[in-house]
Amino acid sequence: MTSGDSTQSPRRVDPAGLVIAALLAGLAAVLVWDARGLQSVAMYGMGPEAMPIVVATGLALLAIGNFINALRGNLPARESADPVPVLLILVGLALLIAVIGFGGGFILATSALFVTTSAAFGRRAILVDSIIALVMSTLIYLVFDRLLTLSLPAGPLERLL
Amino acid sequence: MIDTFAALAHGMAVAIQPMNLLYALIGVFLGTAVGVLPGIGPALTVALLLPVTYKLDPGGSLIMFAGIYYGGMYGGSTTAILINTPGESASMATALEGNKMAKAGRGGPALATSAIGSFVAGTIATIGLAFLAPWLVDVAVRFGPEDYFALMCVAFVTVSATFGDSPVRGLTSLFIGLTLGLVGIDKLTGQARLAFGVPELLDGVEVTTLAVGLFAVGEALYVASRRRHTEEKLEPVRGSLWMTKEDWKRSWKPWLRGTMFGFPIGALPAGGAEIPTFLSYSTEKRLTKHPEEFGKGAIEGVAGPEAANNASAAGTLVPLLTLGLPTSATAAMMLAGFQQYGLNPGPLLFAERPDLVWGLIASLFIANCMLLVLNLPLVGLWVRLLAVPQPWLYAGILVFATMGTIAAKPSAIELSMLAGFGVLGFLMRRFDFPIAPVVVGLILGPIAESQLRRALAISLGDPMTLAQSPISATLLAVALIALLAPFVLKGLGRFKANED
Repeated sequence: MTSGDSTQSPRRVDPAGLVIAALLAGLAAVLVWDARGLQSVAMYGMGPEAMPIVVATGLALLAIGNFINALRGNLPARESADPVPVLLILVGLALLIAVIGFGGGFILATSALFVTTSAAFGRRAILVDSIIALVMSTLIYLVFDRLLTLSLPAGPLERLL
Repeated sequence: MIDTFAALAHGMAVAIQPMNLLYALIGVFLGTAVGVLPGIGPALTVALLLPVTYKLDPGGSLIMFAGIYYGGMYGGSTTAILINTPGESASMATALEGNKMAKAGRGGPALATSAIGSFVAGTIATIGLAFLAPWLVDVAVRFGPEDYFALMCVAFVTVSATFGDSPVRGLTSLFIGLTLGLVGIDKLTGQARLAFGVPELLDGVEVTTLAVGLFAVGEALYVASRRRHTEEKLEPVRGSLWMTKEDWKRSWKPWLRGTMFGFPIGALPAGGAEIPTFLSYSTEKRLTKHPEEFGKGAIEGVAGPEAANNASAAGTLVPLLTLGLPTSATAAMMLAGFQQYGLNPGPLLFAERPDLVWGLIASLFIANCMLLVLNLPLVGLWVRLLAVPQPWLYAGILVFATMGTIAAKPSAIELSMLAGFGVLGFLMRRFDFPIAPVVVGLILGPIAESQLRRALAISLGDPMTLAQSPISATLLAVALIALLAPFVLKGLGRFKANED
């Protein structure tokens, strides 16, 4: 493939890889901690706590494997990422969750997500996009909620329809 | 033999009922329309369209699924040829030559050879499925719980370690999936695991939430993060759509050879269409009479891998239908579709609901024929879909993706999980962890655990039961070899790796 990236020399410690290894080890610890609270009521064979321990052991071993890879700098080369669009989409998802959570309804929630995502991909015409989003999500609501009887959450806008 | 024909004929009778034909048609249409969108592979196509089928009866919905499955595959190759963004690694070989052909103004014949090749391969492979499945069912009936457990170990290892780039990263993905599979109430003792007192978690992690989060939300975040790096260029389809006599002559052998690679490898519980597509590509490169065209748009390099891809897609249905074993992300989503109706694929399903299984297999034939008839004339429509501006495209994908979750469970916690899985999918893409093993781990983990516990309960807790059954002992040995092989080979290949 297209390697030839001279800045990423094969023997440099990769900090992101260390974080991944630490997260895996942490996940293993959570599994063990959770499994300790389970009662083994099985007469024969394995109880509910056995499988979490097996998975935790696997995760711990993989944490070591990822740790070694990170020390050797064996992670694949990656391009620089732009954090702003990612954050914008996450804000959109947060808005969606908040609107649904507080009963704002399907149309408002998905419109918010549509506009932020579109902005994340470089559009700056918020007003036009908002209108497109409202029309589109209203149509989706009508088709799926009314025609296909899928129950989508209703808010103030949906009650007007 | 005769039984298979009778069963297939019965399935055909189910599939050609007008309503079922309509479902197949809608499935093919929707599958192609979603699959053609850049960055969306067949697995995501199926995941996104799962909620659409919620309200149908199981028969109709599975038939629609057959259409979505093949439609999504075909849509993916259209994208690979016209804008060189394969939605999944199995279309990478197609993109290699197909996009060059499109650039050279031969996009029409490239699309045609991939459509007809998919049809040929899909038809042959579905026949293979129809004959192989009853035989495998006979074998599978004799499987005890310990044998099933061992079989799942084979699937775990081959899906994550053996055929990936890095066994450590593949296994990491698998274990994340296994961890997610533990969440919820333990079915044998009723105790909650990893629920942390959150009532929504007691039911476990929804497969569709995970898949849509990882595939759709993760992909959108990933593409957004590197928008500046990529510029997609849509190649217009110029000139004739039809293949010349020469094109036919150069295509038919690669179609058949691709099928021969694709079906057997897909049918093994090894997973992945990448191996057969690349095998087919390198074979065609070696056998061609026009080696100078390879790398510049050789039609053999589209015909072969495309056939291999479709044949292996039908092949993965063999372990899925007969053993309940998904070996690809798409097959995992199909299994989720079955589970949505409380149906568990496996030998029992063949015995209890033959109309359903054979109706599905017959629908695969019908979907295949519909694709052939629909796609070439409609290629102009699909190309227009490809031209949707990126901001609206991904905004629309996210709206549709969240709609599935909102319709199934409109709770803030479920949606937060969707967003969380999206971030996970983004990070996994960024650090090059494979996604499919997570989904397979989530689905198969709980099944493997319950089979193992059943086996141990029957043997009164004696773990030697795993080694005493010859089937299970063999399968576990295969799993162990498959697990260790990449590490051993890597050790041997270290010298070579240092050289480049």
